[in-house]
Amino acid sequence: MTDAPAHADKFSAYPPDLTYHDLIARNKRNSALLVLGMGALSVAVCVAVGVVIMLYANGGVSLPGLVLACVVGVFVVSMTGCWSYFSGGRALLALSGAREIQKADDPQLFNVVEEMSIAAGLPMPRVFVMHEAALNAFATGRDPRHAAVAITTGLRQRLTRDELAGVMAHEMAHIRHHDIRLTMLVATMVGLIVMAADVAGRSLRYGGRGRSRSGGKGGGAAVLIVLVIVIVLAIVAPLLARLIQFAVSRQREYLADAGAVELTRNPKGLADALRKLAADTEPLTVANRATAHLFIVNPILNARGRENLNSVFATHPPIGERVRRLEALMV
Amino acid sequence: MLPIIIVIGGLVVILLVIALAVIAIYNGLVAKRVQCENGWAQIDVQLKRRYDLIPNLVETVKGYASHEKETLESVIRARQQAIDAGSVGEQAQAESFLTATLGKLFALSEAYPELKANENFMQLQEELTSTENKIGFARQHYNDVVSRYNTACQQFPANIVAGMFNFEQREFFEVVDEAVREAPQVQF
Repeated sequence: MTDAPAHADKFSAYPPDLTYHDLIARNKRNSALLVLGMGALSVAVCVAVGVVIMLYANGGVSLPGLVLACVVGVFVVSMTGCWSYFSGGRALLALSGAREIQKADDPQLFNVVEEMSIAAGLPMPRVFVMHEAALNAFATGRDPRHAAVAITTGLRQRLTRDELAGVMAHEMAHIRHHDIRLTMLVATMVGLIVMAADVAGRSLRYGGRGRSRSGGKGGGAAVLIVLVIVIVLAIVAPLLARLIQFAVSRQREYLADAGAVELTRNPKGLADALRKLAADTEPLTVANRATAHLFIVNPILNARGRENLNSVFATHPPIGERVRRLEALMV
Repeated sequence: MLPIIIVIGGLVVILLVIALAVIAIYNGLVAKRVQCENGWAQIDVQLKRRYDLIPNLVETVKGYASHEKETLESVIRARQQAIDAGSVGEQAQAESFLTATLGKLFALSEAYPELKANENFMQLQEELTSTENKIGFARQHYNDVVSRYNTACQQFPANIVAGMFNFEQREFFEVVDEAVREAPQVQF
């Protein structure tokens, strides 16, 4: 039995002058800005490609051509945006090899998630399990009504009930704060472009020979277009990577930890769970650069171990610091 | 002629602004009151779930520890008291008492290894533990939304609208600590 104080309003684990309502507003705004930014990028790429085509065809740059390019750019971002918003969660769960479970499969896990959803006053999210030995968990979805939590079997087996409640409360806090919407959009829209740019950059460096062999005017135009796209991507990819880092700042994890304590009123559960997560050395094979920021702890390990803090992709704060902050909440 | 039109027009605009403000405040209060009602409904769902689980639990325990009649009866009586409770305060007290007697029952089960190993008992224990947690978390959430609603009702100028449309303050669902502490000593 969790001993919750009778006057819930007296308790706050969040930093002063901050409520989860502020976080929700911030995440909704940033999500909208992200989609607008992606729209601008898409239009820019389409216009660049359009200009190249028009110049190559010796027609000169014409206004209808530019308008067409803009329309194509808006169309492309609308389609990817809609896909990302409505199907992004499903795609990320599938990408992580997560399978949905029902209450009969694991009553305790289901109960713990339901307890946290009641504490937050939110609908019950769908529960997924990843058959992985690594210890990790994440939440995704576009809003609390369309949310899912996923946990690896490795983590599920290692945690006590209180620790499991801490982890699920952390995920529920991500759902409550609407972090899941922004991180889902970032993972599906920006993350995939960054990965595409990686591939494109590699082919640009090592694929030079193939290009010189292609002859004829048509082939030349196609190569030029691909070249323009690749160059644009190569320029914007580091900026986008930077954007991921800003959008999913380390602050988000601290705030989700605080939000978790706000729900469970038990900092020890999550702190103990994080210590177990910190001791884990198994990499999560299903995670990649696009999805790493979704997880409760960084799933990508470098040669030296768990945390590569100087990396551009250091989306997670050091676990030790998170535990220290949780301990400060223990009275 | 013209000044009168300006004055009347000005008054109309002011009245319109006031009316819109009243509507906005009224809707805000209603939304908060609905949250309170939903919060209370969630507590109710979990309390009912606990009432439903208890007869099962008592039956299972009887199979292994039938001579612990006193404890079993006190659980059944506490359950009935909780079901019959009237006001929020009474209910809170009865529920705390029920929690305490259930705690006693589970403590008692420690002495019966066969009972503890029973699959059905283990399932019931997990369900009851979780239901108790859910009651606690539902109460925590309920008190949170009630506190927000009560604050909204008292703040100016919402307090005027609250008075006009009879928005009443709501009671917190408080745990009666005394009942929890005294429970083990109660004799039946």
